[in-house]
Amino acid sequence: MTTRWFGAPVQRVEDDRLLRGHGRFTDDIGEGALECCFVRSPHAHARITSIDVAAARELPGVVAVYTAADLPFGDVDLPLLIPHPNLTHGRTQRCLASEVVRYAGEAVAFVVADSRYVAEDAADLVQVEYEPLPVVITPEVAAAAEHLVHEDVPGNVAAEMIQETGDVDDALAQAPRRKKLHFRYERGASSPMEARAVWARWNEAERKLTVFDSTQSPTSIRGGLAVLFGLPESHVEVIAPDVGGGFGPKIMLFYPDELLVPFAAMQLGRPVKWTEDRQESFTAVNQERGQVHEVEVGFDGEGKLLALSDDFIHDGGAYTPYGLILPIITAAQIPGPYRIPNYRVRFRDMYTNATPTSPYRGAGRPHACFVMERTLDAIASELSLDRVEVRRRNLIQPDAFPYNLGVAWQDGNTVVYDSGDYPELLDRAVKMLGPSPEGDHVGMGLAIYVEGTGVGPYEGAHVQVLVSGKVVAATGIPSQGQAHATVWAQIVADELGVDVADVEISSGDTRRFPWGVGTFASRGAVTAGNAMHVAAGMVADKAKRIAADHLEVDPADLELVDGQVRVKGSPDRGIPLAAVAVLSNPVRYAFGGGTEAATQFTSRPRPGPPLPGPALPGPPLPVGEQPGLEATGYFSPPGSTWASGCHAAYVRVDPQTFRLEILKYVVVHDCGRVINPLVLQGQIEGGVAQGIGGAFYERLAYDADGQLRNASFMEFLVPYATEIPPIEIDHIETPSPLNPLGVKGAGEAGVIPVGAVIGSAIAEALGVPITEMPLSPLRLFELSKG
Amino acid sequence: MKVNGVEHPAPTDARRLLSDHLRHDLGLTGTHVGCEHGVCGCCTVLLDGAPIRSCLMLAVQAEGHEVTTIEGLARDGEPLHPVQQAFHECHALQCGFCTPGFVMSVVGLLAQHAKPSAQEIDEGIAGNLCRCTGYASIRRAVDRAVELQK
Repeated sequence: MTTRWFGAPVQRVEDDRLLRGHGRFTDDIGEGALECCFVRSPHAHARITSIDVAAARELPGVVAVYTAADLPFGDVDLPLLIPHPNLTHGRTQRCLASEVVRYAGEAVAFVVADSRYVAEDAADLVQVEYEPLPVVITPEVAAAAEHLVHEDVPGNVAAEMIQETGDVDDALAQAPRRKKLHFRYERGASSPMEARAVWARWNEAERKLTVFDSTQSPTSIRGGLAVLFGLPESHVEVIAPDVGGGFGPKIMLFYPDELLVPFAAMQLGRPVKWTEDRQESFTAVNQERGQVHEVEVGFDGEGKLLALSDDFIHDGGAYTPYGLILPIITAAQIPGPYRIPNYRVRFRDMYTNATPTSPYRGAGRPHACFVMERTLDAIASELSLDRVEVRRRNLIQPDAFPYNLGVAWQDGNTVVYDSGDYPELLDRAVKMLGPSPEGDHVGMGLAIYVEGTGVGPYEGAHVQVLVSGKVVAATGIPSQGQAHATVWAQIVADELGVDVADVEISSGDTRRFPWGVGTFASRGAVTAGNAMHVAAGMVADKAKRIAADHLEVDPADLELVDGQVRVKGSPDRGIPLAAVAVLSNPVRYAFGGGTEAATQFTSRPRPGPPLPGPALPGPPLPVGEQPGLEATGYFSPPGSTWASGCHAAYVRVDPQTFRLEILKYVVVHDCGRVINPLVLQGQIEGGVAQGIGGAFYERLAYDADGQLRNASFMEFLVPYATEIPPIEIDHIETPSPLNPLGVKGAGEAGVIPVGAVIGSAIAEALGVPITEMPLSPLRLFELSKG
Repeated sequence: MKVNGVEHPAPTDARRLLSDHLRHDLGLTGTHVGCEHGVCGCCTVLLDGAPIRSCLMLAVQAEGHEVTTIEGLARDGEPLHPVQQAFHECHALQCGFCTPGFVMSVVGLLAQHAKPSAQEIDEGIAGNLCRCTGYASIRRAVDRAVELQK
């Protein structure tokens, strides 16, 4: 294959409409839809004693008010997405709570009205009586189990899992040095700039349901809606249009609105739309990152790791819709790039009276990285060794791949690193960082991470060359800003020998491609990217077969270049790809676009396999061939691809105000072969910014009553430009052997090590122990006072 | 009120937000609503040439004023406005949701400072949140827009 587009900094093809204000986000879709508002629980844990919707129903402009009693699926538990044998006490919520609410923000009633304004007025008129129950907040309180989140879940433990490689107790007993460490990470929120939204229309005549949903997984939503409403999948269309950021929590099956909006549209026979407001986004959308770790590490006098044991509790929230995927990832990712001869990890997934958790960019890894890197800092400090040197002595070496970690991965397999060069990452980062700036209260931090990316099960793609010569391609996974339309076009353009501008991509629209899984786990490039490569390769092969017939040459002698299928070495002998598309579909009626060349009177006799009976040149459509210059291809990865990177920084902390100043921040990153360096730079810069927010500004402040005290952008401080420094980025490429393109994922990488880097740097700058995330000026003030 | 140079009748609902009026009454959905409490800047439009939050203003308060939205910068079929063009060239947008607000803020910034310093750029865009880019590419886009506007 040529590599003209792959690897080039191609400018994005999706920008023009977004820049002109012609983007099409879910709330932009109008068509006279009814609008909705939820009534949500103000209590973190309470028994519902009565719900009175009479006054709300009487308000002019109100069309319907639903409680659980009004729903045919009102007593059905929502799906548990990823069941696991260790999840012994999985619990999911119902669409609308009718008996007990278990987090502040849980949906209780749903109002549909002529306008959002009226719907909100009516929601205020719904009277719900609650009998408050004891609140379990923080994983430590949950583990104490004085009160239960679910009456039938002993100890508040949803799941427990223990894994061990080697003999940790023995290795710890024999280790020359031992250290016990305690680490704590609190919840943050992904806060995409577009909150969630759903629009639905039911066509009674065709019995067809159309849903626009800001989801990261329209194919799964379609499958779920078809099951719930008893419709063939072909009668349910789900489209993720332009989506304003996702970062993980926009993938669920289901948020209540994803059922209620389509249900109301079917019931009421009118389009219905719900758009989340920012305040409810803070409590109704899944969160992440709450964990408490107890580590014991054994090492020698040179700082080499001998054994590590981590026993951690995970703040799962009120329900487990996403199974135990987060603590599984954490457990698997604590060792990171380091060789730990004996490793034991135990976790318990705890119920708390807080919003449920599911992956948020990084997904279990920022905490894992923080634990490992702060542990190495502690070893360096104890032995008075250089932090860089301690890391260097423990890194897995470049000749050790494939490297089997021996613990379970989120896809059911064992963690096996496919490729990487961790010492090179470290060396380059240290060099880029350079000498420390002058001045007091300056600190250096660094961290190295690996990230399992590109998980299965699979994605697919359909690629077609039109008779115009333009190419259309579609995949099931949607984009939330990752430039899919550009990078897929690069991959397809290379295979078909056409210009990127001639490839139009559709993604996240089940009408165009109904199969697939979703956009998550830094998997798009690996799964959908390779599916595009496979499908486009099939189209190229087909184009060569057809052109070979036409040119009377061997298909192996043909190549696709500059929109032509031509004989290698004889650029004059060829036909346009557009003409091949015409020939691929023998027709009776010419309908323009050059199709007269393919009617039964003009098309050449085809030398396909002979038919029984008298000798004929073969049918117009060769046996075994399908019409159209198109193909559908799939890629199912045999295992995860393991991206990696090293971040390092200098910071200064003002000793009076405890304001953080990031003086320099460098990233060396390895995601295998790079498809588009411009897009990759954006992913990393954005990821680091989100990591800085998560390290120093964005703490979800729950009080003991389970109330989120900072549910607005006034108090939950997403950084502005003034808080984010320039990021210096370098790359190495260790291609993955697990897929044809050699790519690994890059979406989450920027976030993962930032907490560890900032924590380490602040610890040195202020000389205080940093064992928790996120930090803040107030927290640093408290810590500095001892 | 005049929106993108066209006179529109006054909104009839006194409590209608300007952002909702633009989006849902006039169909100008390029103005986005990210927080509805005046922090994120997604809904930024120009009121008589100066950037304002359209979610913090009632539509009726805009009576007698001139509003410019993202759709008013470059007409369909015409080349992008220099600020829009700079955002494209510098990959200064990913999901594109905050982008119209940023573009309007930068248009307002460059109207005040034809060649802003690095600090003026940061301050000029420090009323807009972006969750995708980490702002580095947006800073580069402002510099590029200055070049394109010459």
